[in-house]
Amino acid sequence: MRKGDLAAYAVLPVLMAAALPFMSFPTWLTLTVAGAAMGMMLFLMASGLSLIFGLMDVINFAHGAFISLGAYLAANVIGELPGLVEDPSWGASLATLGAALAVAVAVTAVVGWLFELVIVRRVYGSHLRQILITVGGLIVAQQLLIVVWGANAVPIAKPAAFRGSIVVLGASIEIYRLVAVVLGLAVCVALEFILARTRLGLLVRAGVENREMVEALGFRVRRLFVGVFVLGSALAGVGGVMWGAYQGLVTPAIGPDMMILVFIILIIGGMGTVGGSFVAAILVGLTTNYAGFLAPKLALGSNILLMVAILLWRPRGLFPAVKS
Amino acid sequence: MTDDVLLRLSGVHTHIGSYHITHGVDLDVRAGRLTMLLGRNGAGKTTTLRTIMGLWRASEGEVVFDGRPITDLPTPDIARLGIAYVPENMGVFSQLTVRENMVLATASGRFDNARLEEVFGFFPILKTKWNDRAGLMSGGQKQMLAVARAIVEPRRFLIIDEPTKGLAPAVIDHLIEAILRIKASATTVLLVEQNFHMARAVGDDVAVMDDGVIVHRGSMGELAADEALQTRLLGLSLGSHQ
Repeated sequence: MRKGDLAAYAVLPVLMAAALPFMSFPTWLTLTVAGAAMGMMLFLMASGLSLIFGLMDVINFAHGAFISLGAYLAANVIGELPGLVEDPSWGASLATLGAALAVAVAVTAVVGWLFELVIVRRVYGSHLRQILITVGGLIVAQQLLIVVWGANAVPIAKPAAFRGSIVVLGASIEIYRLVAVVLGLAVCVALEFILARTRLGLLVRAGVENREMVEALGFRVRRLFVGVFVLGSALAGVGGVMWGAYQGLVTPAIGPDMMILVFIILIIGGMGTVGGSFVAAILVGLTTNYAGFLAPKLALGSNILLMVAILLWRPRGLFPAVKS
Repeated sequence: MTDDVLLRLSGVHTHIGSYHITHGVDLDVRAGRLTMLLGRNGAGKTTTLRTIMGLWRASEGEVVFDGRPITDLPTPDIARLGIAYVPENMGVFSQLTVRENMVLATASGRFDNARLEEVFGFFPILKTKWNDRAGLMSGGQKQMLAVARAIVEPRRFLIIDEPTKGLAPAVIDHLIEAILRIKASATTVLLVEQNFHMARAVGDDVAVMDDGVIVHRGSMGELAADEALQTRLLGLSLGSHQ
């Protein structure tokens, strides 16, 4: 842990503790779990984009299209499995969600690879061109989604075992939110394991800090980046599956609508760090839920205010990646 | 190309954006020898090294390594020919541990223990700091790590850019000793250096750059012995820089 990281980690418990005096404990617990679940889904969407930016300095505004694609694919897969979806057993519900996740990961990974190959590869090194071409890519992708799935919202059902709530310490907690928390934690642990314990992760961490030196050591960072781009796209697909099923309806804008929060997470967390995205995503989730309860009129701007406050304190975010 | 020339630059021009930095560099580096590349600040020394590594592209001219043109090869392919590069800023990954920095420089991800012990013999401090984050080390220790990383596996050619920059005299002496031992292992080295004490101590051959071209080639001993030549080429005498 770097010097100063402790203070950055402390933001989470401080925020949670600060909200507690303004509400009853069961309400606080409900909102905290809801915020953590929302944060985990946002983390799934943001972590890949953070690595893509950290490693190759690429700003991908089309990332939202992969979220939408994941959500639509989940709607299709779940729609094709009515027997499993309505089966109240945990096994059937996990199988349904697993199938939706597997299809979303596979398809968004392939589409991500094609997107990097056809579009992103041509604009390395130029942020302006990246913004223009990926915003253009987003517009085209949204229209393609409308062509395939139509302009009307597509309903998506939660698997039966994930519907409803359980009561814990007097607080009503949605089961689906707990599933989202577990999945988000599992992905975070897996990513951290890969980054910390594997040679591939070592290369990514080194590449984020000094891409040129990694190349001078004999590694093709471009290939590494394609892998990270594909991974980031697949994670966006996973985020789309979870968010789509949580919302219950999928529209072409479901992904792009989340991008403001995703970029806030990247900025707050510090571009290029998975751990930073994780903490920032939970912060954003908690702030949205606490503000929505305590000051509904402030809810829309609450995350912008959070970002301003964090940047005033740490202009490069809570856990900025070190660049040489 | 004569048999003992490992690296040859012929008429190499390099542009960085609209700036024309080198204006036709002709340089031979002989196998098994340590060639010093000297020159004033801004003469084009670092640009020449970066052009050899493919980090900046030659806009004209040719770079040939061991008889093979490498002018247009990507940097990773150049490195895989057995060329190790220690940049001016050391290129140490500050967020990684010493071990992680070193393991990145191995082809297989595993250390040859005998070789590693040999490297520890050059730089014992690295053994002590093995699991520490490289960013926590001093400038001299980082420079040792940068050089150690370059030699953790046998290399055919070692390029080092100003290893003594900003280091304390005691650390410089240690580096000189290490570079002399590397040189004794028959590794070919191209070394850019502003510290003439080090240049004289380790150099076999010397090339002097000015305004983006090589203006002198010869033996280091010859240059070290000729104060008038030093003053003419470098604007000062080596004797005044111990």
